Amino acid sequence: MHVPDGFLDVPTSIATGAIAVGAVGVALRRAEREIAETGPALPGLTAAFVFAAQMVNFPVGAGTSGHLLGGALAAVLVGPWTGMLVLTAVLLVQGLLFADGGLTALGTNVVNMAVVGVLVGYLVARLVLRWLPRRARSVVPAGAIGAFVSVPAAAMSFTVLYAIGGAVDIPLPRLAGAMLGWHLVIGVGEAAITAAVLSAVVATRPDLIYLARHLPAEARAGEPAVAPGPTVKVRTGARPLAIGSVVTLVVAGGLSLFASADPDGLEYVGEAMGFGTAARDSAAATSPLADYALSGVADPWLSGSAAGVIGVLVTVALGLAAAALVVRLRGRRVRPEPSGVG
Amino acid sequence: MPSDLPGGSPGAAVPNGAAGDRGGAPDVGSPPALDVRALGFAYPDGRTALRDVSLRVEPGERVALLGPNGAGKTTLALHLDGILTPAHGEVRVGELTVERSTLAEVRRRVQLVFQDPDDQLFSPTVRDDVAFGPANLGLRGAELAERVLEALDAVGMAEHADRVPYHLSFGQRRRVAIATVLAMRPDVLVLDEPTSNLDPAGRRELGEILDSLGAALVIATHDLPFALQLCPRSVVLDDGAVVADGPTADLLADADLMSAHRLELPYGFDPRSVPPARDPRVGRP
Amino acid sequence: MPGHDAPTDGLLVVVDSPVHRLPAQTKVVAVVAVVAVVVLTPRGAWWVLAAQGALVALTATVARLPVRLVLRRLLVEAPFVVFAVLMPFVAEGPRVQVGPFSLSHAGLIGGGTVLVKATIGVLAAVVLAATTGPRELLAGLERLRLPAVLVAILSFMLRYVGVIADELHRVRVAREARGGGQGDRAGLAAVAGGVGTRFVRTYERGERVQQAMLARGYTGRMPALGRGGATTAQWALALVLPTAALMVLLVGLAMTVPR
Repeated sequence: MHVPDGFLDVPTSIATGAIAVGAVGVALRRAEREIAETGPALPGLTAAFVFAAQMVNFPVGAGTSGHLLGGALAAVLVGPWTGMLVLTAVLLVQGLLFADGGLTALGTNVVNMAVVGVLVGYLVARLVLRWLPRRARSVVPAGAIGAFVSVPAAAMSFTVLYAIGGAVDIPLPRLAGAMLGWHLVIGVGEAAITAAVLSAVVATRPDLIYLARHLPAEARAGEPAVAPGPTVKVRTGARPLAIGSVVTLVVAGGLSLFASADPDGLEYVGEAMGFGTAARDSAAATSPLADYALSGVADPWLSGSAAGVIGVLVTVALGLAAAALVVRLRGRRVRPEPSGVG
Repeated sequence: MPSDLPGGSPGAAVPNGAAGDRGGAPDVGSPPALDVRALGFAYPDGRTALRDVSLRVEPGERVALLGPNGAGKTTLALHLDGILTPAHGEVRVGELTVERSTLAEVRRRVQLVFQDPDDQLFSPTVRDDVAFGPANLGLRGAELAERVLEALDAVGMAEHADRVPYHLSFGQRRRVAIATVLAMRPDVLVLDEPTSNLDPAGRRELGEILDSLGAALVIATHDLPFALQLCPRSVVLDDGAVVADGPTADLLADADLMSAHRLELPYGFDPRSVPPARDPRVGRP
Repeated sequence: MPGHDAPTDGLLVVVDSPVHRLPAQTKVVAVVAVVAVVVLTPRGAWWVLAAQGALVALTATVARLPVRLVLRRLLVEAPFVVFAVLMPFVAEGPRVQVGPFSLSHAGLIGGGTVLVKATIGVLAAVVLAATTGPRELLAGLERLRLPAVLVAILSFMLRYVGVIADELHRVRVAREARGGGQGDRAGLAAVAGGVGTRFVRTYERGERVQQAMLARGYTGRMPALGRGGATTAQWALALVLPTAALMVLLVGLAMTVPR
């Protein structure tokens, strides 16, 4: 996701640089009070953590591994504005010292990952949280969904920038399809990792989580947790699924229009390596979502959209299942909520 | 390097702070360096950390704070510097009560050495880190550089001034951490588990460094021989309350007291077989 | 003499060179400027790009950086290289047949150009990192008026990234020592759980660092890192590189303009 030098033309790079400077300036002002309170050490260490965690490879199944981008996680933990500063610091160090992401593309990378990634992740998490029981533990599924959406959102941001100032003309639907398809997969990993990190924090120090600060603290130290009732499990599992599906359907359903009838990123790689035809006969090709188009639907635009929606649904379900699994593994649930959510 | 230390003559160590400047021997009637009165504190989660703790430390005195893990030693240490605010009681430093308006002066006089030197060494280089405190006091330029060098000299780390803290050994980091607080020229040094994770040589060097200082020392530790070596007096803290206060050798020899508070001497160590710590305040001009 | 075993301190190559001696702020500006000139170069201007790449490589030589170290660092994990390689396959326009593949002509030129530009960009950043210590870089960014809060965040980040990376590494070693496998769901849960626990530790360390800062009289403003500005001569020396790259570009353009 780190854009190197030369992918976008100079005017676009300057424009994204200006947007990045403006956004970081706003973030600096909005985070001023928080940072005055906690000191710059906490965001600095959070940045070091995100940087280090990005180097950890997480097995995400099928022999592949992914790594954390951390935008949504940082936003949920330290707030959207400080989170933007944290990700900006990470990108600055990566660009200046590790040659990861071009220096002329720094603005682009900040816009994609520190601004779009963080803000989308945070806003989605907040939206989801509104529909969840009012307690600290709810930030786990909320953050997971935020993280899941933030990755394709950042990828789409790149796609839009590339469409404006890309170095080489690539058919936009193809590019969007590849980026979306690939990053939906990455988003699942992002969601799972984010959920695991958040639940570990909720279990020990829920007071640290920015998104949970206004929620009533649960399970104070020393108070034994009450064994869960079955209804609680169903409710907390079903709500985020419903909300998450709606949110991501809106986001990805529209975006999937671009993806219609195009092979996904993995198949691009396959074709590039010279086994493009072989890939068509592979197991993936016979799956209902092969090429992001439903075989039973005649209209290619409609079918592409439908495939995207189904893909998103499956991905959300997987992400939530992973999140729920982790929540369940991490700690026992406390008493059911006395009052409803509405 | 330990050989660089101004061994044997504590008065020669430069950063021995205002305690030395005042002329050493405690005047009758001069306020104690630290005076903790009926201190109570509970963490936000409801856990009581300190109950009714009272403790008086005279200028230049060395007191060991003994107790098992979770006894409240670190919490007490954080109160001495005004980082935590008492729920009950008060902390006095010299003639000052620790409160918002006196914090700056309190934090110059009382310095904490944290358990993990990585928490204390947060700057890009050793030099920047030692300069952090004096720079906050308003020192600049040559005066600041001199203060930094003096503090690094006292712990034998002057030649490492431009190193990155991350690349130092643990023992070296501990010594730099002590230099960072010596640069403030404190009256009282509060050390939290200073010997943890040190190898025997590092532990001995630390003892020599601390013994060369003129400031009052409060050493929170469960390293009992170390307490015996440096501190004539000990206070036993358990479950947030003071349960004993007396000469270190006597407390360590009290087997019932020791076992009641999970304090254990190393195998084969007999506190009566070694000479007790000398009182640094005695025999000073 | 630049041996193969020049001592390194983190990313910094510890040798003395004119590039090492330049203040960090001049180097940051020079590197950004030279990369900007490279990005400005039109696609397919191979000779111009080659000359610009040679200029940056020459800077690496002047900085006495070991060739092998530079080459190794060029191999940063860059998924976007794949992206560039794929361009000929997916771009539009007239196709050319290369072996078994039908490739887009524009995509070939564009993809190649992107690859070269990105590589020069990486090379320039490698030279910057290998000749500038983290502390000097921070001081330089401070000089370049990066907001103080951001400089402070960067400072803590650089100080603790090694500590945290070590801790995360130990989590992995501990997990593997207990037979945790990779590639399965349990593997994901184990890795992520370890990372989560680490975050709590990181956060608590952040709180203790803040306490340690307060204990030494921190009042909300970090002491300045800067040790004096750069001289005009130093600026001039640093800007030789981007100026030369720009000259190459202008000459190249002048020679290709149809008359």
